Amino acid sequence: MAALVFRLRAAPPERLDLSALTPAGLVGLDRAAIAALVVGTTKHAPTVGDLFEVSGDDPGEIVFEGGSDRLDRIGAGLTGSARITVVGDAGLDVGAGMKGGAIRVTGSALHRAGAGMTGGLLTIGGDAGDFTGGTAASGAMAGQAGGIIVVSGRVGDRAGDRMRRGLLVAIAGTGAHAGARMSGGTIVTAELGAEPGTLMKRGTLVAGRHGDLGPTFVPAGRYELPFLRLLARHIATTVPVAAGLIPERALRWRGDMAALGKGEILVAAG
Amino acid sequence: MQPLSLNGVTIDDSFAEAFDMAATGLVITAPTARWAEIAARTMTGFATSVIACGVEAGIDRELSPDETPDGRPGFRVLMFGFDGKGLEMQIQNRVGQCVLTSPGSACFAGLDGTKKLKLGATLRFFGDGNQISKRLGGTHYWRVPVMDGEFLVEHSTGLSESAIGGGNLLILGRSHAEVLEASEAAVAAASTVADVILPFPGGIVRSGSKVGSKYKALIASTNNAFCPVLRGDPGSELDAETDCVMELVMDGLSFEAIRESMRRGLHAACAFGPEHGILRISAGNYGGNLGRHHFKLRDLI
Repeated sequence: MAALVFRLRAAPPERLDLSALTPAGLVGLDRAAIAALVVGTTKHAPTVGDLFEVSGDDPGEIVFEGGSDRLDRIGAGLTGSARITVVGDAGLDVGAGMKGGAIRVTGSALHRAGAGMTGGLLTIGGDAGDFTGGTAASGAMAGQAGGIIVVSGRVGDRAGDRMRRGLLVAIAGTGAHAGARMSGGTIVTAELGAEPGTLMKRGTLVAGRHGDLGPTFVPAGRYELPFLRLLARHIATTVPVAAGLIPERALRWRGDMAALGKGEILVAAG
Repeated sequence: MQPLSLNGVTIDDSFAEAFDMAATGLVITAPTARWAEIAARTMTGFATSVIACGVEAGIDRELSPDETPDGRPGFRVLMFGFDGKGLEMQIQNRVGQCVLTSPGSACFAGLDGTKKLKLGATLRFFGDGNQISKRLGGTHYWRVPVMDGEFLVEHSTGLSESAIGGGNLLILGRSHAEVLEASEAAVAAASTVADVILPFPGGIVRSGSKVGSKYKALIASTNNAFCPVLRGDPGSELDAETDCVMELVMDGLSFEAIRESMRRGLHAACAFGPEHGILRISAGNYGGNLGRHHFKLRDLI
């Protein structure tokens, strides 16, 4: 069996919802049935066949070729051990709510990448937008609750909003309010933007440096925490490119004292 | 039949009788090997015999920073008990009082197993609500605030129900000094086998016991047959030359590990030979009906 490839013929005329193009959504469908799936989001209702050239037959290995920031919801709710590769950019909600499997985007992604995911691995070669690893929808009680997100570039604002478990790595840096309202999990980055950890209850932000900290974060000492060594080893095996981001010695900021105050920002300390 | 011997030392055609036990392992780390060892030795103190101490415990081996989960110097400790429930209580008490308290320490699982024993699962409560839960990969850790920083502890460790306790060697010789020297060498050699501990002081027992006593309250008492001062009693095992007997006891995670440990210990003791006062090697058993595992000395030569 060869990978199931969706090759974009031209720039999409509208935003597309590609959440049906997962192994669970494609099981039992032949080529014609796949081509007839509606992926458009307006009354024009374009189908897969209208926009993509389809080849291959293995729904466990899906490839989107010719990326676009209008390709929304790729791999949303992905389960099992399926693999999705996007050659180029992805749109909104890539890997949102995914429970397992692996998604790799070679370009950049828009907002809410990996939002609300509970398992699996999401890798983005470029940048990612706001709410990466955050909440999938307004009012959602939890953001990322498991799995690993790795963004090679920068993520936008409020990365890991309401995050409660798992690992979010933004190698180059984050926007403002990373880890806002976080209740668990770990965010690792070279540089946190302004006011990280706004209203975080629990959870850990690890960074080389940071933007302005809110007044409700309290310095709580410099340590060579065994936990950081453990984390460095974990990252060296799971996300080797990020291995250098974990400091041996860190200044611990405790907060947000305006919320529960059991969260922390660990910043490299000399 | 030719009597057994090695380097001129008589080997009794006897066997060590050993028992099924439950076991668990821990990895203890610290900023320096010295403090890791202090924590490991403290938590395996008063752990020579499961009957009176609740557990038999000892250091299996020193671990290099590459071998520990947090990349610091460490020691692997093994604990042997009757069952998982008893081991769990011993873990809680010993890690809680001896490792948690030791400067800079951290404690991890030292044994894989589908069955788990609680480790950080109970010790985390020392954090009084300030403990931090972290799951990395498939492993769950707790970070407990303490006065020198944090106590990092894994949520659980593995349980083995196929461990064996009671492998042993008796080293018989001419004088106390000579037998002690040979026994120390035997302990050093026997300890080089992974997955085996020698839980007694320095690995040596000088008060081997028999089952029962003339006093009704005692379930074990001195091993008359191997006490040199009781030569002349019917049943004494010792000849006129033998003035000292010391015993090595091994607990291990597998039959093969104990066997290899006994073999190395036996060879190290026999290397001294009669010219250095080592006359005979024997082994302790209860006739063979109590323990399922028999380590025959003739197989170790």
